[in-house]
Amino acid sequence: MNRIQRLFRAATVIARRDYVATVWSRSFLLFLIGPMIAVLFGGVLGKVGAQTDGIALQPILVAVVDQKSEGPLKASYKRLNEQITDLPALHFVRPSGAPELQARVLLGEAKSNIALVLTGWPAAPHINGPRKQVDSLAPTMRLIMEDALTSEALSRSGYERPKLDIEYSVVDAAAGKSSISRYFLARSAQTILFVLTILLAGMLLSNLVEEKSNKVIEVLAAAVPVDAIFLGKLVAMLGVSLTGITIWGTLIAGGIASAYHGQQIPQPGTGWPVFVALGAAYYVMNYMILGGLFLGIGSQAATVRDVQTLSMPITMAQIAIFAAGSAVVNDLDKPIGLLAAVFPLTSPLTMIARAAQENSLWPHFLALAWQGVWVMFIIRFAARRFRTGVLKSGSPRSGWRFGKARAAS
Amino acid sequence: MTPPPAIEAFGLVKTFGTTRAVDGIDLCVPAGSIFGVLGPNGAGKTTTLRMLLGIIDPDEGHRHVLGYERPLEAAPLVGYLPEERGLYPSMTAREAIAFMGALRGLPLAEGRRRADALLEEHMLGHAAKKAVRTLSKGMAQTVQLLGTLIHKPRVIVLDEPFSGLDALNQGRLETLIRAQAAAGATILFSTHVIAHAERLCERIAIIAGGKVRFEGAVDEARNRLRPVVRLRTRASDGPWRVALPADAGQSGNDWRFELPHSGIEPLLKALIDGNAGIDSLSIERPGLHDAFVSIAGAEAAAALDQPTAKEALL
Repeated sequence: MNRIQRLFRAATVIARRDYVATVWSRSFLLFLIGPMIAVLFGGVLGKVGAQTDGIALQPILVAVVDQKSEGPLKASYKRLNEQITDLPALHFVRPSGAPELQARVLLGEAKSNIALVLTGWPAAPHINGPRKQVDSLAPTMRLIMEDALTSEALSRSGYERPKLDIEYSVVDAAAGKSSISRYFLARSAQTILFVLTILLAGMLLSNLVEEKSNKVIEVLAAAVPVDAIFLGKLVAMLGVSLTGITIWGTLIAGGIASAYHGQQIPQPGTGWPVFVALGAAYYVMNYMILGGLFLGIGSQAATVRDVQTLSMPITMAQIAIFAAGSAVVNDLDKPIGLLAAVFPLTSPLTMIARAAQENSLWPHFLALAWQGVWVMFIIRFAARRFRTGVLKSGSPRSGWRFGKARAAS
Repeated sequence: MTPPPAIEAFGLVKTFGTTRAVDGIDLCVPAGSIFGVLGPNGAGKTTTLRMLLGIIDPDEGHRHVLGYERPLEAAPLVGYLPEERGLYPSMTAREAIAFMGALRGLPLAEGRRRADALLEEHMLGHAAKKAVRTLSKGMAQTVQLLGTLIHKPRVIVLDEPFSGLDALNQGRLETLIRAQAAAGATILFSTHVIAHAERLCERIAIIAGGKVRFEGAVDEARNRLRPVVRLRTRASDGPWRVALPADAGQSGNDWRFELPHSGIEPLLKALIDGNAGIDSLSIERPGLHDAFVSIAGAEAAAALDQPTAKEALL
């Protein structure tokens, strides 16, 4: 077994331990179900709220008519309601006293949402209501009345309505709409990458401090290269996050499918399968680059308090990176966009936005290779910080040669 | 043919900030021996062991472990018990031992099988599936020690292994160390308690102020001092006193002095002929403590008796 093989074998042992210890803990269950409960709770409350709002805010039209005149109006309303969505409800009330007074009484009912009241139908129709409602709902009321009159007239003349055959041609969304969808898709993908990475940064830092406080680090460092410890921890947390993503992703995909039921889901530039694969690859790169840096920084922390102190600048740095990545979504082919694609910390966020908006693949192969180089570079750098910070051993000769022997060890 | 040394170090130097913790240490640990690194707290013992194991790199010098120039390449053949014991609290005893074996290249399944056997052997079978956090301190220390031995190492490095153990467990550990040595393993351990080194070691290195003050067999250290004669006479004065060394210490009729190079016989004859009246006379071989005082100085010897930081907390 050569040195590289030994490095990866040792990293696997450490990654396995960390992964199992994290996934089989109660805190991971909370990590996993916490966001789902929040989303579920929010969704249910939102839906209930929307329904309640819908019921409460739906305007009601009232027709004050006798029993004989009610039939044609009711039939017309039924016919129109089948063809027009969001038609206001139509209620019927028998005449009682002066029509104007009855209309005022009905409009003044606090608990109902009566918008308009029709009186005098069919001889002298009179629509009563506030100005705003008259302007917005009177045409609807008029449509119902005209349809009722037309139907009655046709019926009396013995004329049969001709059947209206309409041919439908369904086309893809208009170019403008597709562009907007992809823009939002790009933003959403960036946000998901950012949120996942920010969640993991805290976990990585805590993990390292735990290791330092329980002195296991000494046992590990005596048995395997520090690079393997570092790589193992990074890979373990990646595994933990991918477990979470798989579970959340399945639910989110289900949610999207349900939300877009019967409608066309917006297509990313590269198409969904490639987009998902690129999303996974950029997530791994983003995590490895930022996670490696944070682990290196976290190795300088001796206590939980130090971690809390470090969390603030780390979070701010992440937000700055996210902001930079987001700022160039509309300018991917301009110099600023290309710069963001080249700069290693913003590259994954920028490139996932490109995958959402454009269909060419070669920039992604180039970007992934470039990010891979930086991953190795940052891991090596962070491992060195880890070695000096955790083990209090700084050998200048030991750095910068990934996978090669340390000169003095 | 003499086997090559298990561990060798040449001119190791390590500086932390402005403190030169280790200042040019040379060591040679013969294969199959029990070798003690003896010194007061802060002498540089742990730093030396950490450099020998490859946990930290020396600023100067180099070392060989089982012939490997890079100690971590010998890791599968080495077991290490650090001074600051470290186990994952949520792991079971069995998994903790198997994990330590896996770090040294032992397959996990085999590690679990051996862990079960070792725990049974050390009367901890009932604790195999208990989380480390639920074990007593002594049990957790035993678990860590078993993790150090799980992969049957050829070199076992123990940093202050007796620290924090009660007398019963110290005895058990001594037995275990002897058994491992009898099975062919090389044991290198550090201690600040002379009695342990004296009972267990064939060879020792005395370290003080980051330097090796002595390295060799325990007897060789003792033999650097002359045997001590303790004499009690009935008479307090007489011509026989001329036969006593000039620097003999006196307390009433009790005398204490190094055995003269001429031997005991001329002295005995002078005492008898001079009617000193010998009440008692003994010749004592110097202990390792005396040798330590002689080699490292009284100040270092006084520091030996100071408890480690961990012991101070107990």
